[in-house]
Amino acid sequence: MGYDLDKIKAAHKVLKEYRYQLGKVDKGYTDRTLYVNVGQLCIEEKSVDPQMKKKFIGGKGYGLKLLWDAVKDNTRWDSPENEINIAAGPIAGNTNYPGSGKSIVVSISPLTNIPIDSNVGGYFGPYLKFAGFDAIEIQGKAERDVIVYIDGDTGFVQIIEAPLEAVDSHVVAEQLTEMFAKDENDRQHVAVVSAGQAAEHSYIGCLNFSFYDKRRKVARLKQAGRGGIGTVFRDKKIKALVVKFSSLKGDSNNPVDLKTIQKTGLKLHKEIIELDDQQCRMRKVGTAHLAEIMNEYDLLPTHNYKFGSHEMSREIASNVFYDRYLTKGLPDGCWFGCTMACAKTADNFELLTGPYKGHKVTVDGPEYETVGGCGSNLGIWDPQAILEINFYCDTYGVDTISFGTMTAFIMECWENGLLDKERTGGLDFSWGNTHDSLELLHQMARGEGFGLIAGKGIRQMKNYFEKEFGADRQFMDDIGMEAKGLEYSEYITKESLAMQGGYGLALKGPQHDEAWLIFMDMVNNQIPTFEDKAEALHYFPMFRTWFSLQGLCKLPWNDIEPANNAEQDEPAKVPEHVQNYVDIYNAITGEQIDKKELILQSERVYNFQKVFCLRLGYGERKHDAIPYRSVGPVTNEEYESRQERYDKQLKEKLNVDPNGLSTSEKVRILRAHREKEYSKLQDAAYLRRGWTKNGIPTVEHLNKIGMDLPQVLAVVQRKL
Amino acid sequence: MKYLKTDDKKCKGCKICVETCSTLYFKENVSEKSRIVVERKKGSDYHLVACNQCGVCVSECPALALTVNKLGVVMLNARLCIGCLACVAVCPSGAMRYYQGALSPIKCIACGACAKNCPEGALEIFEEEK
Repeated sequence: MGYDLDKIKAAHKVLKEYRYQLGKVDKGYTDRTLYVNVGQLCIEEKSVDPQMKKKFIGGKGYGLKLLWDAVKDNTRWDSPENEINIAAGPIAGNTNYPGSGKSIVVSISPLTNIPIDSNVGGYFGPYLKFAGFDAIEIQGKAERDVIVYIDGDTGFVQIIEAPLEAVDSHVVAEQLTEMFAKDENDRQHVAVVSAGQAAEHSYIGCLNFSFYDKRRKVARLKQAGRGGIGTVFRDKKIKALVVKFSSLKGDSNNPVDLKTIQKTGLKLHKEIIELDDQQCRMRKVGTAHLAEIMNEYDLLPTHNYKFGSHEMSREIASNVFYDRYLTKGLPDGCWFGCTMACAKTADNFELLTGPYKGHKVTVDGPEYETVGGCGSNLGIWDPQAILEINFYCDTYGVDTISFGTMTAFIMECWENGLLDKERTGGLDFSWGNTHDSLELLHQMARGEGFGLIAGKGIRQMKNYFEKEFGADRQFMDDIGMEAKGLEYSEYITKESLAMQGGYGLALKGPQHDEAWLIFMDMVNNQIPTFEDKAEALHYFPMFRTWFSLQGLCKLPWNDIEPANNAEQDEPAKVPEHVQNYVDIYNAITGEQIDKKELILQSERVYNFQKVFCLRLGYGERKHDAIPYRSVGPVTNEEYESRQERYDKQLKEKLNVDPNGLSTSEKVRILRAHREKEYSKLQDAAYLRRGWTKNGIPTVEHLNKIGMDLPQVLAVVQRKL
Repeated sequence: MKYLKTDDKKCKGCKICVETCSTLYFKENVSEKSRIVVERKKGSDYHLVACNQCGVCVSECPALALTVNKLGVVMLNARLCIGCLACVAVCPSGAMRYYQGALSPIKCIACGACAKNCPEGALEIFEEEK
């Protein structure tokens, strides 16, 4: 790929080295964490005390606990004491149960100023655990670019000054995989975490976690996408983290009961292999299969979430990617033993723009969110363009969701004359302009032009456009799809009150990992009352965030279902799979939890995270505000595009006769109603969650769930 | 291609093949540790399961621990195997075996030991052009 590895290595300077005893994983845990300060050049081991283990479990729990202890009430994303914490979890690293290799990254986000947690595949987290550490804390800011290397075979950690390595992920992951492997077979033992050039000049930076693919002979990349953690990473002048671990086996977690894990894993492997073709086709096309389904249900974000479907969507349906771009028939799990195997690639893909123009590369994707965010949401109906945007976002270290949603906002501003070529420095943001959308991305990488303004995200853009161009703030607040400062992920929520709550009440910002209730709500009508919705907004976020305590992927929970699932009680919960998780957790750790305790584990950390937001000055009811574009039609154009639906609702729900009313009046009436509904939903959901009307967890509730630590109560008491 | 050819009609269910295989590779007579399986069907019918070297498992293995050798036999390299059992799940004939707690599965590699001992001539090593 045109680099001299010997020269790169020769320029290294080891700034600090720390030797440690290798130890062994016991029932899923090492009971120690690694602390690295790249500014003060300090490397330490910390032991995990039993209370931290009991209350925080692992993964996001450990990440949040360590971050809480490291920061002050006024710490910002770019304060040196902000940390990037990465942890897998007790279940992670087992090779039997699909989806068992996730890492969770926690940091204070540049977009929201509250903690973001991001769940990501690749080998880093499990290898870190087997190298000896349940979590890594990275604090401080280096003077010059460094890499941190953890040798889990020998037992040492180094902070290395690394001036010549690339910054962009597809290059640096390859360089470091090659550098730290003795031979081709050894490459699968090296895992790299990196960002990219655009992460340095924007707030939407992501982290890439590598895993070496022996067949494609490439270091592939999964993303810790949301919240700008890549931006924090580059602000700390870190180019990469590298971990090496060579002796992975089926019992590396030293589980109490390997037989149960094997049996349960085999059962799920068989289920997936037998049924995936008739269900979600993950093994064939990955999450991209959702594009055609969302389009059919009018949920595919189109032209900045104005519409939910488009006739051109057939150009970006999964069969198009499958027929023309995706490599077929290879084992595509992002951790060993995942037969859901949803991580697809377009190989030998020739890039048409940018610094790597003409190169033939491996594009990891497209995920559904990229197809929606960087495709339909922008009016881009060209699969080739989507793959090119996907590639550059990944290698430049930028979140495809935030990039897509924020570019959609720019395009609607352009459409409405809030922006013109003078204001954008010559870029044309008409719907579907692939060339200039890519140029925006390249500007972000180079740190110049409109890219510098756009890359700060929608919230900062609104401030800038209002101040510099006198743009209509109310309009921008209505159409700018961000909440808490984070861009929305790619689903239309206008017609699902429950999902408005799913996004609006999510602690980190509008990411769908907490709840995805659209089908339960709109299609199956399973949660008709406010209480039903509130119950769903309690159970599903608590259940789904448990995966981030354990180092698990959510997809094998409900993107495959047992053949008889529809006949079970509460099929939306996929009860047999919930039992699988209880069984494998107990089989690894030797604990004896049940489904109720599973939820409690999650609820403790969830409430801790909520109080952490309060501690930093956020987390109240007003912070759960959402843009009206996510609740109902903002413009006459939107209303009229679904006139029959909305007129029917006015008549049936509000007893208002649409005849004789102008569209503007109908928009206004519907809006008043829907905004009130969201407010009522907040009341019901907070109550169910044990919080006050202002969204503060009560002392009684914190006592009840066992998250009544003194530092937590101290914050809550200030706010009550 | 080299493989163990089985003839269900000749099998009388004596299981000498199972004993031969598990004793040869594990020094104990345990049917879970045999690479050939004798399944009882209705009445006195038996069905023999042993790898026919179809190769479907080769493309499922994430660690590239399964490869096809010069004779067309699928070999499992236990050093590279990480024990996920995806190959066991994907095997179309149930011939990729594992015993509970084993860190790697086992499969017939057409060594011929069972064929030599079968009193009914139900097992034969075949080599054919593929």
